[in-house]
Amino acid sequence: MVSMILTGLYETLLMTAASSFFSYVIGIPLGVILVVSDTNGIKPMPVLNGVLGSVINLIRSVPFMILLIMVIPLTRLMVGTSIGPVAVIPPLVIAAAPYIARMVESSLKEVDAGVIEAAKSMGASNMQIIFKVLLPESRPSLLVGAAISVTTILGYSAMAGFTGGGGLGTIAINYGYYRYQTDIMFITVAILVILVQIIQEIFMRSSKRCDKRVK
Amino acid sequence: MDVIVSLKSMGKVFHTKNGDVKALDNINLDVGRGEIFGIIGLSGAGKSTLVRCINYLEIPTEGDVFFEGKALKSMSELQIRRVRRDMGMIFQQFNLLSQRNILDNVCFPLEISGVSKAKARQRAKELLSLVGLSNREKAYPAQLSGGQKQRVAIARAIATNPKLLLCDEATSALDPNTTGQILELIKDINKKMGITVIVITHEMKVIESICDKVAIIENSKIAEVGKVEDIFANPQSDIGKKLILGDVIERREIVSGVKLRIEFDGRSSFEPVLSNMILSCGIPVNILYAQTKDIGGSAYGHMIIQISGEEEAQRAKRYLDGIKIKYHEIDFPDKDNEKISLEKRKEY
Repeated sequence: MVSMILTGLYETLLMTAASSFFSYVIGIPLGVILVVSDTNGIKPMPVLNGVLGSVINLIRSVPFMILLIMVIPLTRLMVGTSIGPVAVIPPLVIAAAPYIARMVESSLKEVDAGVIEAAKSMGASNMQIIFKVLLPESRPSLLVGAAISVTTILGYSAMAGFTGGGGLGTIAINYGYYRYQTDIMFITVAILVILVQIIQEIFMRSSKRCDKRVK
Repeated sequence: MDVIVSLKSMGKVFHTKNGDVKALDNINLDVGRGEIFGIIGLSGAGKSTLVRCINYLEIPTEGDVFFEGKALKSMSELQIRRVRRDMGMIFQQFNLLSQRNILDNVCFPLEISGVSKAKARQRAKELLSLVGLSNREKAYPAQLSGGQKQRVAIARAIATNPKLLLCDEATSALDPNTTGQILELIKDINKKMGITVIVITHEMKVIESICDKVAIIENSKIAEVGKVEDIFANPQSDIGKKLILGDVIERREIVSGVKLRIEFDGRSSFEPVLSNMILSCGIPVNILYAQTKDIGGSAYGHMIIQISGEEEAQRAKRYLDGIKIKYHEIDFPDKDNEKISLEKRKEY
């Protein structure tokens, strides 16, 4: 049983880490585009902003369980199977990337407009403003956002247990729900609780440590 | 005059949900190279928009800005960014990068203009010592006082050796003492490095203490432009009078007798004009209003005195003629002969 739970833990960590990584790879640029193309942004593009915003809202409004089933054909196409921890990554990324885009958007919007204006007055290009002002200045806030996003992804990955996704979620469902072995369910839940605490703590601490505004 | 910045019939209209708002209307200004040029107005007059039009952070909707003879309207975005490197800017809220230490803040404009890291650091260190902060290189903006932050902002603004420094209410968030120090620093930079400075402010004392020329702006228009000493000695526009003379123009309830308005137009502040007049003419003099200012050792301003009796007044006038002080008799409507009370005089 211990080895089963260890495998589950490993699979959960793998799913969470890989999905978070790919979601951020997609989510950060989307968040940046949302901020930059805003009417008050550094390069207003109302049409792009409107379309992107609607698509993000559309995906975010589909419940994750339904999304998980809806994207099975795509998952098969991408990873060759629809079960196991790797097969959970595509639906997780599809669900989490728009969420992360919104988190990134709200972090970047916290950057003081005056600082952006100062950069402009020095002749900075839009790319320089994005990479040298917007992203570095919002780093503490982005890390707080990551604490929320990654723990949410961890929660979603457990849900994938219903479609045979693997990880601690599958163990909790198979043993706790289908076989009434509540002890195993409690153990997996306890591990998940501890995981969330650890992830939350890591990101909050690094956010605090890198923030130069309070010292 | 070698003109560095020229605004030609410049206007700016903002399109808002509640209709168009005219922020600037037919602005014509020439700023000479090496000058410290002040632009003063009450809040909402349009002065912040005006300064942002100069470096095209706001694009004028009418007329244009000429920098060293070149029209900004004809430039591409890339050219505008290049021109901006010739114009440093400092702000009321300093606008430093909060996640960079102050050395890296000063390096920032050099980085974005493609200067190598080593050279940028070298230059930033020189600039920090110029503004008197070389011992705080590793500090972050949050650890500095307002005055120190503005010093960093000034170092950052002049890092790329600009020809022009734009100051947008740069001292409005600082206490009077720090304001004085920052103004001194700006004046110093203007003198030593020959950088032209445009100062936007709502405070008369900023104009008095560092500016060569001043433009008074009201309701999106320029009300008056000229040398600071001329405008101070003899403001023409209503807003100019209000800013310089204070509320005396509204006060009419003044006593009988002869009233003289004496002008101080730049003679030494150390000369006791009034005492000398009293001693040599042997007449009692009542000061009804006085507003004089010391600008670089010269006295500017005016004073309204009251002398009872025609004969005494004649003596005083002869004395003033003799020492060539400008004055003129003022004739307030002497409605009810009301005496100025002590309380009222204290107000002045």
